[in-house]
Amino acid sequence: MKRLRIVALLQLFLVTLGLAAPAHSQDVLIRNARVHTLTAQGTLERADVLVRGGRVVEVGSGLAAAGAHVIEANGRPLTPGLFGGITGLGVVEIELESSTVDRSALVGSGASGPGFVPRPEFDVTPAFNADAAVIGVNRAEGITFAMIAPSASGTLFAGQGAVARLDGSDSPFIAASRTQFLDMGPSATDGIGFSRGAQFMLLEQATREALPGKPLQAGDVRLLTPTGREVFARYLAGGRMAFAVDRAVDIRQVLEFAARHGVKPVIVGGAQASQVASLLARSKVPVVLEPLLALPGTFDQLGASMENAAQLQRAGVPILFTHFSAGTNQAHKVRQGAGVAVAHGLPWDAALAALTSTPADVFGLGAEAGRIMPGSPADLVLWSSDPLEVTSVAEQVWIGGKAQSMRSRQTELRDRYRPTGLTSGPVAPTPRE
Amino acid sequence: MSWKQLGGATLAFFVLAAQASPEPYPSTYHAQSSAPVLIRNATVLDGTGRRLDGADVLIRDGKIVEVGTALPQGDATTIDAKGRWVTPGLIDVHSHLGVYASPGINATDDGNEATDPVTAGVWAEHSVWPQDPGFATALAGGVTTMQILPGSANLIGGRGVTLRNVPATTYQAMKFPGAPQGLKMACGENPKRVYGERKQAPSTRMGNVAGYRQAFADAEDYQHQWQKHEAEVAAYEKKKAKDRDPAEQPVPPKRDLRLETLVAAMQGEVQVQVHCYRADEMAVMLDLAQEFHFKIAAFHHGVEAYKIADRLAQEGVCGALWADWWGFKLEAYDGIWENLAYVDAPKDGCAIVHSDSDEGIQRLNQEAAKAMSRGQRADLDIPPERAIRWITSNAAKALGIAGRVGTLEPGKMADVVVWNRDPFSVYALPDLVYIDGALAFDRNHPPATPRSDFLLGQPGVAR
Repeated sequence: MKRLRIVALLQLFLVTLGLAAPAHSQDVLIRNARVHTLTAQGTLERADVLVRGGRVVEVGSGLAAAGAHVIEANGRPLTPGLFGGITGLGVVEIELESSTVDRSALVGSGASGPGFVPRPEFDVTPAFNADAAVIGVNRAEGITFAMIAPSASGTLFAGQGAVARLDGSDSPFIAASRTQFLDMGPSATDGIGFSRGAQFMLLEQATREALPGKPLQAGDVRLLTPTGREVFARYLAGGRMAFAVDRAVDIRQVLEFAARHGVKPVIVGGAQASQVASLLARSKVPVVLEPLLALPGTFDQLGASMENAAQLQRAGVPILFTHFSAGTNQAHKVRQGAGVAVAHGLPWDAALAALTSTPADVFGLGAEAGRIMPGSPADLVLWSSDPLEVTSVAEQVWIGGKAQSMRSRQTELRDRYRPTGLTSGPVAPTPRE
Repeated sequence: MSWKQLGGATLAFFVLAAQASPEPYPSTYHAQSSAPVLIRNATVLDGTGRRLDGADVLIRDGKIVEVGTALPQGDATTIDAKGRWVTPGLIDVHSHLGVYASPGINATDDGNEATDPVTAGVWAEHSVWPQDPGFATALAGGVTTMQILPGSANLIGGRGVTLRNVPATTYQAMKFPGAPQGLKMACGENPKRVYGERKQAPSTRMGNVAGYRQAFADAEDYQHQWQKHEAEVAAYEKKKAKDRDPAEQPVPPKRDLRLETLVAAMQGEVQVQVHCYRADEMAVMLDLAQEFHFKIAAFHHGVEAYKIADRLAQEGVCGALWADWWGFKLEAYDGIWENLAYVDAPKDGCAIVHSDSDEGIQRLNQEAAKAMSRGQRADLDIPPERAIRWITSNAAKALGIAGRVGTLEPGKMADVVVWNRDPFSVYALPDLVYIDGALAFDRNHPPATPRSDFLLGQPGVAR
C-alpha cells in the first residue's frame, strides 16, 4: 500500500528528525508534490522543494541533496502553513474558564465602571503560552501562524496583538506584525453605554492626546495613561490598527479616520464590506472576514452574504479569513470557510491566498512569507488531498523546516478509545416510530 | 342517553384531554400540491444505508413512489441528475432557529426561560418566530425538518417542537403533523453556572441531579393523583345512574403544566433529548431514566459519547454530535474528530450530526463529511451511504418520525435533496430541495425577494 509506505516514512522521519533534532534542522527534500507556490509560478505539479536552515532554498524538479531527509509526496498537495485568523491561541485555553483566559486588560466590571481608562498599551503577547494544548490541536490541522489578539468587547481600545508562528519556540512573535485592536460597533455600545458617535469622539480625543505637538495643559481631562499615549502614538505614526466593524457606514468612518491620521487600517468583520468594496480597493484596505457568515447576527450585519468574499476579491480588496463563531480552539475551521467561499464563487487560488500569502502581506511578515519560493520560511503543510476540502487532513506540518508533531491531546484520546472491532456494525433496518 | 351519562362521558373526555390532549396548538401544515417528478440518473444515497448509482427517484402526490433504474416516466416531469447526487431531506435534531432568531438581539432572545431550573411547562414552539431568516439559509443547505429546542440553562428546559422547513406566517403552519414533542433536559456546567451565580440551586452537579429527581418525584405524585382520579371516575360511572349523586362527582386535580410534561415523558409520549457532554454524566442520566421509567432518545452534544459508545448502542440511545466543536468549556475539552464515527461503530450504534447553530445547520453535510473522513482514517469502514444516515434516518429516529421521513423508501414523505455533486464535500451545494414532493428551493432560480418579512426592503439585502 502506497499510503502505508508514506506513513511509515513519515514516522521514521519524525523519530529521526522531528523528535531528535532541536535548533538546527536537517535539510528536507519534499519530492513530487503538487506545490501551491502562491507566487507568479502558480501551482507546480510533481515539483520538489528543498529546505535548508529552516528556509526553502529551491523549488524545481529533479532536485537532489545529499544527506537530506526525503519525503515522497506522491503528488499530494504542499502549501505554505495556514493562517489561523484573529485568535486567542496561547492566551485562551478554555473560553469559559476565566483562569485560563488572558485576552483583556479589563477583567470584571472594569469596562463599564465610571473610572474606566482605555488601555491601548495593553499587550496580549507576554501571556502567550506556546505549549498550550489548543495550539497543538490547531497546528496538527495545518495552522502554522495566527494573529494573537486581545479581545475586550466593549472597551474600544482592546490593546496590542501580534502574529505568532506556532512552532513552540520562545520567540514566536513577528515584530512587524504588531497591531492595535479597536473594538467598535454594537458590542462596544453595550459595554460602556457608548453610542457609535461616542466611539469616534473618544478615538479622536485619544489621538489628539497622543499626537506630538499638541501638549496637554494642566487640568485637561485625560483619557489615556502616559504609557497609553506613548504606545498609541506609535500606531498613529503609520502603524497598523485593526477595527472591528461590520456596517458600511462605520467602515467609511474608519477609512476617513485612517486617512486623516495616516494609520494603516485593517477591517475585521466587514459583513457589509462588499457595499463599499470599491472604496476599500482604492484605499488598499484589507478585510478579515468570516466566510461562513450568511445571516445578520446583528443589525450591523444586515445584508450579510456568502458572496462577501467573492465580491470583495473581484473588486480587488485583499481578503483574509477568520472564524469568529466557534472561538479560538476551532481556529482551524478557517480552512473549511475558505472552501465554502470557493463554493460561493471565490476562485480557489484566491481562497488559498487568503489563508497564506495575504495574511503574510497584511501583517508585514515579509515578501517570501506565506509562499513557497527560495527564501520562504519553511512553514509547510503536506495534505492528504485538496487542502480546502473538508475530507482532507494535514499529514505533515513543518515550521522553520522542523517537522512538527502530528499528535495532540485529541489524537491521544482517539487512540485510547479506539473501538476494538475495526469495522463498523451492520446497518440496522430502518426503525419505524 | 341521560344527562348524567352524558356528564360522565364528558368528564372522561376531560380526563383524557387534561392529561393528553389530542393536539393543542394543532398543526395547520399542509403539503403543497405538486406534480409528479422523476429524478433520473443520479447517485442515490437513500438513507437506509444503500447507495444506487445511475438511479431514478420517482415522486408522486408528495410521496416517494420508487427508487430504481430506468423507471418509466409516465406523466412525471423529468430532472436530469446525471453527475448529481440525491439524498433524503436533511434533518437537524437540535436547532434554535426561531427561538434564538437572527438578528440575535434582546427582542429575539427567546430560547431560555432561565427563571427557574425546572420549566418543563414551557414549549419552545411558543417562542418560534417564523420570520427568522435562518430558516431560509438552512433550507439552502438541504434541511427540510428540524427540531426546535429550548436552550440549556435549565435542568429541564421545556418541550421542543419538530417543524417542516416551509415559509409560513405562523409556526403552526410549519409544525410537523403528528410528530411527538421533545423534552429538553441539560446536564453539567450550564444549569449549575446559571443558577449557582445567583446563589440558587443548583450550583453543583449533585444539585443538578437532585433537581431532576425531585422534579420527577413530583411528577410521579402528580401521575398518582390522576390515576386515583381516574379510578374514582371509573367507580362513579360504575354506579347505576339512580345511585349517582352529582355532588360526589369526582373533581379532577388541577392541571400542572410542568408536571404534565414530565408525566408525558414517563409515559413515552415525548422524546427526551438530553444536553450532556461528559461520559460519566451521561451514565448518571441513564440511571435517572431508569429510576423514573423514561427513555432517553438522544444525548445532544455528547462530546465524550465515544467513551461510552457501546453502552449507548446497547441501550438504544442516539448521540447527536458535532464533528469538531470542542474545548470552549471544560466539559467539552475531550472532543475528538472521531466521536461520530466511534458512536456509529458498534452494532445498533446511532450517530447523528446536529448543529445547535444557525451556521452549522447550513452545512450538516460538511459536518458529516468531516466526521466520516476522520473515521475512515481511524480505519473504520464508513462509506457515504452509511454516513448519510447521520443527517437523515438516524435523526428521524431520535425525533420519533422515522416511519415518515429520513429515507427514500416508498411511501415516505418526499423530502428530497438533489446535490450538485457528492454531498460529502466542502464544494457541494443543494441544487434542488423538495418538501413533500413540492419544490421548496432551486439554487439556480432563487426567489426574487427574501423569504423572511424581516429582510424585505432592507438595504443591502439582495435575496
